[in-house]
Amino acid sequence: MEEGNCNCKLRWIYFANSSFCAFKKATIVKKQRPVNLELNTISFPPSAIASILHRVSGVIMLVTMGLLVWLFAISLSSPEGFAQAASVMANPLVKFVLWGILTALGYHLLSGLRHIMMDLGYWEELHSGNLSAKVVIALAVVLSVLAGVWLW
Amino acid sequence: MVKVASSFGRSGTHDFILLRASAIILLTYVLFLVSFFVATPQLTFDVWAGLFSNLWMKVYTLLALTALLAHGWIGVWQVLTDYVKNSLGRGVLQFIVSVALIAYWLTGLFVLWGV
Repeated sequence: MEEGNCNCKLRWIYFANSSFCAFKKATIVKKQRPVNLELNTISFPPSAIASILHRVSGVIMLVTMGLLVWLFAISLSSPEGFAQAASVMANPLVKFVLWGILTALGYHLLSGLRHIMMDLGYWEELHSGNLSAKVVIALAVVLSVLAGVWLW
Repeated sequence: MVKVASSFGRSGTHDFILLRASAIILLTYVLFLVSFFVATPQLTFDVWAGLFSNLWMKVYTLLALTALLAHGWIGVWQVLTDYVKNSLGRGVLQFIVSVALIAYWLTGLFVLWGV
C-alpha cells in the first residue's frame, strides 16, 4: 500500500506524514538537484492545501479541547454549573472560538472521509485527488457558514 | 529518520489502524451530538444531565474520549515528527499533548461517574 502511495512524484508533500515514504523518497532522490525550500514561491496543488488544512484543523481542536472538556465538566456538575457554562458560551469571544472549533471539526471530518476514500483506493489520481480536495474545502466552507448561523 | 519511539500503537501498522478506527468512532459521536443539539430546541440542565445519566451514553462518551486519546496522540506524533526536528523539543511537546489527553480522559471518567 505504501508502495502505491509513493508512485506519484507529485504526492510527496501529501504523504510526508508517512515516515516510510519520506525515507523511501530520500533514498531515491540521491542525485545532485537544485532544491527550492522557499515555500512562498511554490504553487501548492489543492491536495497539498487539503493536507496541511487537515493538520492545522486537527491541531486547533487539540489545543482547544481543554475548553470543551472544562465546559463539559461544569455543565454536568449542577444546574448552577450549567448556567455558568451557558453564560461562558454566550461571551462573544468564546462564541467566536467555538465557531472556529466547529469550522475545524467540519473540515477535519470531511477531509478525514476523503482520507478513508483514498485508503479504499479512490481519488488517488492527480485529477480526482485535486478535485476531491476542492470539493472538501468548498463543503467545509458551507458547514462553517451553517455553524455560524446556528451559533448566532 | 524517526523510529517508532513514542508512537501510540508501538508500530506503524497499529498506528494506521488505530487512527482510522478512532476516527470512525469520533465521527459517529460528533454526528450523534450534533443531531441531539439540533433535535433539542431548548437545552436545559435536566435534559443535558438526563442524556449523560444513561449507561449507554456514559459508555459512548468514554469510548469517544478513548478514541480521542489514540487519535490525538498519533495525529500529533505525525505532525511533530515532520516539523520539530529537535528530539528534546519533540519529546516535550509530545509529553504535554499526551498528558493533556490522558487528563481529558480521566476528567471524562469522573464527570460521568457523578452524573
